[in-house]
Amino acid sequence: MRTSLAIAPRTRQDRALGVVLRSSALLAASLIFLVLLFVVFEARGALATPGFGAFFTDPSWHPVDDGTGSEYGVLPMLAATLATTFGALLIATPLGIGAGVFNALVAPAPFALLHRSLVEILAGIPSVVYGLWGLVVLVPWIGGVSHSGQGLLAASIVLSLMLLPTITLSTEAALLAVPKEQLQAAAALGLGPIARARLVAVPAARRGIVAGLVLATGRAVGETMAVLMVAGNVVAWPRGLRDPLRTLTGNIALEMGYATESHRSALFVVGLVLMLCVALLVILAGLFGSGKNHSVSASGSAGR
Amino acid sequence: MKLIFALLAMLPLACGGQASAGRVLTLTGSSTIAPLAAEMGLRFEAVNPGSRVDVQSGGSSRGIADVRAGHADIGMASRALAASEEDLTPVTIARDGVALIVHADNVVTELTSEQVRRIYLGEASDWSEFGGTSGPITVVNKAEGRATLTVFLEHFGLDSRAIQADVIAGENEQAIKTVAGTPGAIGYVSIGTAMVDREAGVTIKLLALDGVQATHQNVSSGAYPLSRPLNLVLTTSPSPLALEFIEFARAPEQNDLILRESFVPMAEKL
Repeated sequence: MRTSLAIAPRTRQDRALGVVLRSSALLAASLIFLVLLFVVFEARGALATPGFGAFFTDPSWHPVDDGTGSEYGVLPMLAATLATTFGALLIATPLGIGAGVFNALVAPAPFALLHRSLVEILAGIPSVVYGLWGLVVLVPWIGGVSHSGQGLLAASIVLSLMLLPTITLSTEAALLAVPKEQLQAAAALGLGPIARARLVAVPAARRGIVAGLVLATGRAVGETMAVLMVAGNVVAWPRGLRDPLRTLTGNIALEMGYATESHRSALFVVGLVLMLCVALLVILAGLFGSGKNHSVSASGSAGR
Repeated sequence: MKLIFALLAMLPLACGGQASAGRVLTLTGSSTIAPLAAEMGLRFEAVNPGSRVDVQSGGSSRGIADVRAGHADIGMASRALAASEEDLTPVTIARDGVALIVHADNVVTELTSEQVRRIYLGEASDWSEFGGTSGPITVVNKAEGRATLTVFLEHFGLDSRAIQADVIAGENEQAIKTVAGTPGAIGYVSIGTAMVDREAGVTIKLLALDGVQATHQNVSSGAYPLSRPLNLVLTTSPSPLALEFIEFARAPEQNDLILRESFVPMAEKL
């Protein structure tokens, strides 16, 4: 009897908690569908005419009809988004992983704490501040006398500064989750701190590090204001490092406030393309992440 | 998330738009007019206790769409109304000029309309053609849909897709910062914004166009060719409070606000 009395209220609580948790999960999951529904609804005009295909076959982006028809090509902007994201990752990945490894495994504790706080502050700076810095400091420096300096290089550098804390902090967290015993065993075998990091800790934490990179990629694809301020925003295929380009997000931010009717609708299609892009990225990351997990199955779970 | 916020935001409009119009006045539209309208709104609230003036910027086209749809009592449009907008009534409260700006170190001081055309079409690409120090011209353009772009294209008879831009800016400030950081750049922004920044020490210079200096006097007299009206836009059946505000905004007592925002009061009120 006593046990059943003790269990009964807990079961009721459990049931209540179950309902709360289930509905929060349902709400969270349905929000993404609501957003998708909303975007598709707003885009319906442009999806009817000129149709989704036109966004991939038109050569350029001239959504305002000034008597010579409209063009809705998004491929140059899609390429620009991928180029700036790739450029930023190229800069931020080695720096971020390096800083994370240093902080978790090499640096003395007080220094590591200070360094971590600094990186966290970096993560908390709003993106427009990075953009403003890029516009008034970085861009003139890249451009020199004869050039605006706005373009792929400036956008990649500003973006990489914003990815750096994400990669650093997730690398560090993944490394700190590696069981102490493994590191101690490595030390007992006579491995120095650098060799311990290279041969034991980093392979064990690989999954967490990759997850951080995926997070950073998502941020790079979605970042808007900072890139808008330094990319030059001319709709063009990425060519040189200093040539201007316009990302998908930049295009929406630049024109949405001023767009009406078919133009506005076309911008929602751009949003839809962006969502598909991110979805594809998440799926790819899932495949890639699970593959890594199997290859280091012995220590993979420890590296979460 | 967005949808829910959007729905929440629309609730008061849907339920109480007419009922609350007596107390709350909503203005939306041109980001050029918005700061001025906000200042006038504060003063209006002070002399009309209990009233509230809500100003939101989002571009002239948005202002026109909002006032037409009833989402706003007054639309703000920093351009003349188009033929398709004849169902609305514009009331001009001030004028603004669009100034061509270059870096302060540029020795060029004036251009003709034809020269500006050639620069923006990519036919002229070096400053030495216009008496400047030899060096490539960086062309700064505005994003599609902006009122300054419309004024610019109309005056110079340009087609937006023929323009060979090196940088496309959204806000006036973005265009100014780009020009200030690029010695070979040329751009165009609202005269008001350009003058405020020029006085604040930003390294830009306003060019004379067709021999006419970009000054308040020349805008207000109509001598400066590249200027535009700042309109408050009403439907044919405006609320009493909207009419009251328009009357208030046109009164000469508000000229100090107009001048403080570096716009030009209407000539007959000077």
